[in-house]
Amino acid sequence: MRLTDVQAGWRDRARRFAAERIAPLADQIDRQQATPASVLAAMREEGYLGAALPARWGGGELDPVSYGLVTEEIGKACSSVRSLMTVHNMAAQALTALGDRHQRQRWLPELCTGRKIIAFALSEPGAGSATRAIGTRAVEVGDGYLVSGTKKWITFGQIADLFLVFAHCEREPVALVVDRHSDGLTVTPVTDIFGTRGSMPAEVRLDDVRVPRSHQVGPTGAGLGFVANLALDHGRFSVAWGSTGIIQGCLDACVSYTGRRTQGDRTLKDHQLVRRHLTDMLVAHTAAQAVCYRSACLRETGDPRAVMETALAKYHAAEAAIRVANDAVHLHGANGCTTDYPVARYLRDATVMGIVEGTHEIHQVTLADYAFQRPYLR
Amino acid sequence: MDVKARVRSYLRQAVMEEVGDGDDLFELGLVNSLFALQLVQFVENEFSIKAEREDLDIVNFSSIDALTAFVLRKTQPPPGPGHAAD
Ligand SMILES: Cc1cc2nc3c(=O)[nH]c(=O)nc-3n(C[C@H](O)[C@H](O)[C@H](O)COP(=O)(O)OP(=O)(O)OC[C@H]3O[C@@H](n4cnc5c(N)ncnc54)[C@H](O)[C@@H]3O)c2cc1C
Repeated sequence: MRLTDVQAGWRDRARRFAAERIAPLADQIDRQQATPASVLAAMREEGYLGAALPARWGGGELDPVSYGLVTEEIGKACSSVRSLMTVHNMAAQALTALGDRHQRQRWLPELCTGRKIIAFALSEPGAGSATRAIGTRAVEVGDGYLVSGTKKWITFGQIADLFLVFAHCEREPVALVVDRHSDGLTVTPVTDIFGTRGSMPAEVRLDDVRVPRSHQVGPTGAGLGFVANLALDHGRFSVAWGSTGIIQGCLDACVSYTGRRTQGDRTLKDHQLVRRHLTDMLVAHTAAQAVCYRSACLRETGDPRAVMETALAKYHAAEAAIRVANDAVHLHGANGCTTDYPVARYLRDATVMGIVEGTHEIHQVTLADYAFQRPYLR
Repeated sequence: MDVKARVRSYLRQAVMEEVGDGDDLFELGLVNSLFALQLVQFVENEFSIKAEREDLDIVNFSSIDALTAFVLRKTQPPPGPGHAAD
């Protein structure tokens, strides 16, 4: 894959930014379970919050490869910060593609610059993989809806200004933009999660929240099949690249550690079994990046294969990240089990990559359908 | 190839099963929910059309017949005011 100057430029800038402004804070973010406002401001200033959104509304409109490379660099430094890019861009992308003219005019300028944050509110305490089982209800009243239900695990829900909420109206799924300050909406932080601990997740309770019909994104019935799926497709693309970032982070940490650490009269890197681990990590990174590039190129041209290839990339990269991060902890020995080194954080964050935007098992089931398509359609 | 033949050809390859023109792909469980997005991209690419917000009704994407009707609707310009006078 040969990068254009523009793509290499985005990658290099993001690499510098992530190394200088995010990586030094990653452990603090993890420990304190919060992303500081200064990091949010810096992400905003760099244009990463609206990176994938249309230039017309103030976004960066990065091509998929550039966006992927930026996501990888941020993801290598800190998965929590990367997850902000993921949810904000995925929800705003759905609004861009499926919102009407008034909705775009109203929300996109502030979302593209990151002045406002939008979170993606689909999961509930009783509905995760089975999205059709969501129990949140939208009852038609006058020129709008009364929405009631509980959303859980909503990334950056603690600070989001808007939520893209999914509900059932009668039996039809609808997607609604809900303002954080709506009467009847309560945000409660979810604390002590295992990975991406700085992603400020929240439970969002809606008690008869009044939502105007003008806040409905896409037609009634399209809430899950089109709006949520389109957002999740963007989310998977981002999580896939974020996972390659974790792999790269693990490899860098292990190269550094095994090059310094001695046992007896030998440096760890001189043991052949240790070298084998490093080789496997290098191959894992190259392979994960390759499937991510493939999906990026297909997205660039609007190829119908892009949807499934993105799911494939997410599954592969997340799975590889978990395996590599596990090996990285092992290569650090007892030190790997402490917060003195980043690898334990990488392992916890990688585990989350295997759950969000569809678990491994859901991908295994879905991708098998793709295997049944004719090879030249794959 | 006409529209229906192109749609039929794509769907039969994608599903790898005999699909009748009126068969509901989703109700018969022949495809998963992500396939709807794949179909949107297929019709947009293949027929150079843009599926708008109001087109996103799963009914439009559910069978060979439905997709064909949808593409024909999108590719044939609606009769303009001049037509009635002609
Ligand atoms: C850190 C974090 C951030 C998140 N952020 C968001 C967010 O911003 N917005 C949002 O809406 N949600 C978010 N989620 C929720 C996430 O999308 C769900 O956790 C995920 O979809 C899985 O749902 P679940 O946790 O209910 O697990 P379940 O669906 O209960 O699954 C439990 C286990 O059963 C397996 N399983 C379930 N169904 C099947 C099946 N049909 N076939 C085979 N195996 C199956 C699963 O693979 C899994 O191993 C987040 C979760 C985490 C951990």
